[in-house]
Amino acid sequence: MQTDILIVGGGVIGSAIAYQLAKYNLDITIVEKESDICMGSSKANSSMIHDGYNVDGSTLKGKLVLKANSYFENLCRNLYVPYVKNLGSIFVGFGDNDLKIMKEQINNGEKNGIQGLKIVGKEKLHQMEPNLNPNARFGLYNPNTGTINPFELNRALAENAVLNGVKVLLNTEVQNVIVRDGKVKAVQTNNGLIRTKVVINAAGLYADKIAAMVEKIDFEIKPRRGQYFLYDKKWGNLVKHAIYSAPTKVSKGMIILPTTEGNLLAGSNAESINDKENFATTFDALEGIYNNMIFHLFPMLPRNGEVITTFAGLRAVATGEDFIIDYAKTVKGFINVAGIQSPGLSSSPAIAMMVEGLVRDLHYDLDFTEKGNYRVDRPKPLILRDLPYEERNELIKRNPDYGTIICRCETVSKGEIIDAIHSPIPATNIDAIKRRTRAGMGRCQSGFCGPRVLNILENELNISPLKVTKKGKESYVLAMNNKDLSLQEGRRNYEKIEL
Amino acid sequence: MKKSNYDIVVIGGGPAGLAAALEAKRSGVKKILICERGSSLGGILEQCIHNGFGLQYFKEELTGPEYADRFIKKLEGTDIDVKLNTMVIDIFGKGRIIAVNRVEGVFEIETKAAILAMGCRERTREALTIPGDRPSGIMTAGTAQRYVNVEGYLPGKEIVILGSGDIGLIMARRLTLEGANVKGVLEIMPYSTGLIRNKVQCLDDFQIPLYLNHTVSCIHGKERLEGVTIAEVDKSLKVIPKTEKYIKCDTLLLSVGLIPENELSQKANIKLDSATKGPIVNEKRQTSIPWIFASGNVLQVHDLVDNVTEESEIAGRSAAEYINNQLIVRRKKISVTYTKSIGYVVPQFINFNDTKEKVIKFYMRVRHPDKNVNIIVKDNLGKVITYFKKDTVTPGSMLVLLVPISLLQDNLENINISITRG
Repeated sequence: MQTDILIVGGGVIGSAIAYQLAKYNLDITIVEKESDICMGSSKANSSMIHDGYNVDGSTLKGKLVLKANSYFENLCRNLYVPYVKNLGSIFVGFGDNDLKIMKEQINNGEKNGIQGLKIVGKEKLHQMEPNLNPNARFGLYNPNTGTINPFELNRALAENAVLNGVKVLLNTEVQNVIVRDGKVKAVQTNNGLIRTKVVINAAGLYADKIAAMVEKIDFEIKPRRGQYFLYDKKWGNLVKHAIYSAPTKVSKGMIILPTTEGNLLAGSNAESINDKENFATTFDALEGIYNNMIFHLFPMLPRNGEVITTFAGLRAVATGEDFIIDYAKTVKGFINVAGIQSPGLSSSPAIAMMVEGLVRDLHYDLDFTEKGNYRVDRPKPLILRDLPYEERNELIKRNPDYGTIICRCETVSKGEIIDAIHSPIPATNIDAIKRRTRAGMGRCQSGFCGPRVLNILENELNISPLKVTKKGKESYVLAMNNKDLSLQEGRRNYEKIEL
Repeated sequence: MKKSNYDIVVIGGGPAGLAAALEAKRSGVKKILICERGSSLGGILEQCIHNGFGLQYFKEELTGPEYADRFIKKLEGTDIDVKLNTMVIDIFGKGRIIAVNRVEGVFEIETKAAILAMGCRERTREALTIPGDRPSGIMTAGTAQRYVNVEGYLPGKEIVILGSGDIGLIMARRLTLEGANVKGVLEIMPYSTGLIRNKVQCLDDFQIPLYLNHTVSCIHGKERLEGVTIAEVDKSLKVIPKTEKYIKCDTLLLSVGLIPENELSQKANIKLDSATKGPIVNEKRQTSIPWIFASGNVLQVHDLVDNVTEESEIAGRSAAEYINNQLIVRRKKISVTYTKSIGYVVPQFINFNDTKEKVIKFYMRVRHPDKNVNIIVKDNLGKVITYFKKDTVTPGSMLVLLVPISLLQDNLENINISITRG
């Protein structure tokens, strides 16, 4: 196989770069080691779009987040991504020290060219957030903070890229990068050799591993784990803005906000860990987040019960804390896009533009003329629950599967699930369908729709139900046919729990 | 949008909906419709292939499908309309219901009364916020029951069950019969929450251990479940340090409680009871919105389907009385209150002077197990109206109190239910 530009990683950064470069007459391929795009840091984060008021504007990540913000509105309109631009954020203060931090942040924001920041007094604060802890004394209000559906952003970017000719190879892991005469020639994957002129390393948590395939590197990617609570939609209206808690000894300041889908998201702590696959939640962290932040700000929120789920995300933190977006030092045609931690999601459009510049500046024989048939959008995802009844009826008339409700909690039809399975980047497992359609993202957490979604996957992919997975690889949902186990020969272990 | 008219629309075709519709028909209601979101009638009974159903109602021991079949057969002899694969998505105003299916699309039904019979759902691992990884191999006991009994697949080979709810106990036996190794059942409370007969027949008879005061404190496995950490808990249900132990398993089933499915009730702005998580109803199973009735597990989670049937017959009869203007309101509405040792009582109000029912059935659960107690029903002046002696009470077994209506005086405003020892 051969391509001009090979992007390692189908997260939001790899997908944004593919989207950016897909405008031109270039041959682009994304390789993703997982069964779906959006499986690493892009999958689990605060879903916020920051304007950068509190960043250090002299850092690369500061510059990029400040540049990126104005692009989201158009991008999300073109690609049909749920985005609330002016959700607004409030950093809530209880003590005089908080006020001091706020004033510093306002100064910083002004230095960064952010407008509209202001400190609101107690009365106004509680008008804006009627359910907030009555002891909160003031708040730093920023009207520019937004929230996005991060799965949809990632998916939309990648789908647009695919529709403009980009190839996405899932379950494809880079094993080696082949360099000759100081130039990138090819990458070796578990699915064969791909010859390429350019490699863009957007491998997230593994960007150090990929970078080290071409040269000795001076950075390391260390996962910084953050844990979150996602609350039932019942609580979605409780909080009106993105609410920050003040930084404390144990945390850098956490956040609670209504999502674009109407849930409430609360988190996260920040914990440096070693294992890049450790997406586990821990009792201590969840307790800390609940007691120090959730209960502190909105005491009516329960510790469990009306919680849809808890989850952990890993931020890909590079040595030195800043983004690393640059050529490899000794190899031509290799570009690192590493250390994309917070505010990575918010910076993604600007990161992609910067990478375009780096690719152009290679002065390779690449065709940067614009595609004649370039498509700015993607097919609008059909979300029936959001449509007026008459429109739904038209759709059901055309395709009766839109009238069969599979996920009761989120009202997702069979037709929408089948659409996701046959979308530009096919959803081939239960979680991939969940991220695209919300089937299984409601209160029963797929207790009811799980077996039905499994049946649909079985039929549409024409595979045995025993091969259907939750999230790819060995994550099979079922073990075997009934009776197969009792018919197995030999004595099996019937050890019980002994205490 | 297509529109149609009915006298009564029953939402849900499980045991509650079937009994309510049949009873409404027996009471002379002409146009009745059942909307069922599944592809067949019977609801959850379809997957409950074990026996033990009907001992009270039919005085014989039936399986779930057999129990459902008795009602489905009766229904076939009536002119009750049934729409399968039909999901009600909204309910509002005075008698307006919106539903969707693949044949008619989104359509509207105008009705004089509705009976909510949507049943309940299972509490999840996620709602309990059990920490750890998020692999496959974790599911509720009811989902596993569907896979095994309806779809014909085993979810795993080495199984740990969290929670001693009845479905979990039933599945412990079922999976053992299929050749899986059920390594044990853990219950965070100091008592089993399921029926005693299920503990004996499903665990004891198969030498499956039940550990009380124990829980799963962490889940391990990146792709498929590999094991769980279990631990003992103290009186406040917190994990006791150093009691943690790793147990290898490929499947974790949860049987940690059922929650009435009241998404539609909330859309209709029906008042819910924070204790039952179901609508607040009077003795006719009428909700805070007069044309909407509710019965079965959507109202309160029952232990026995027989009680669901009885309760739904009350709702069916009452909805018929409602549309025929036959309900006679009491001079004073009686509110039902209870003391702290009681978890909940249904109904929450008594509104009518009844001519048909001679007794009012109060369903209730205690908060803690106890022995040799008196359950006392008092009026607002503290005078004992009646009382019931019980040898044993436990939260896992619903209590039914039969109070003759003749004991409820005309000027009564409140009755209070309490428990005393001895």
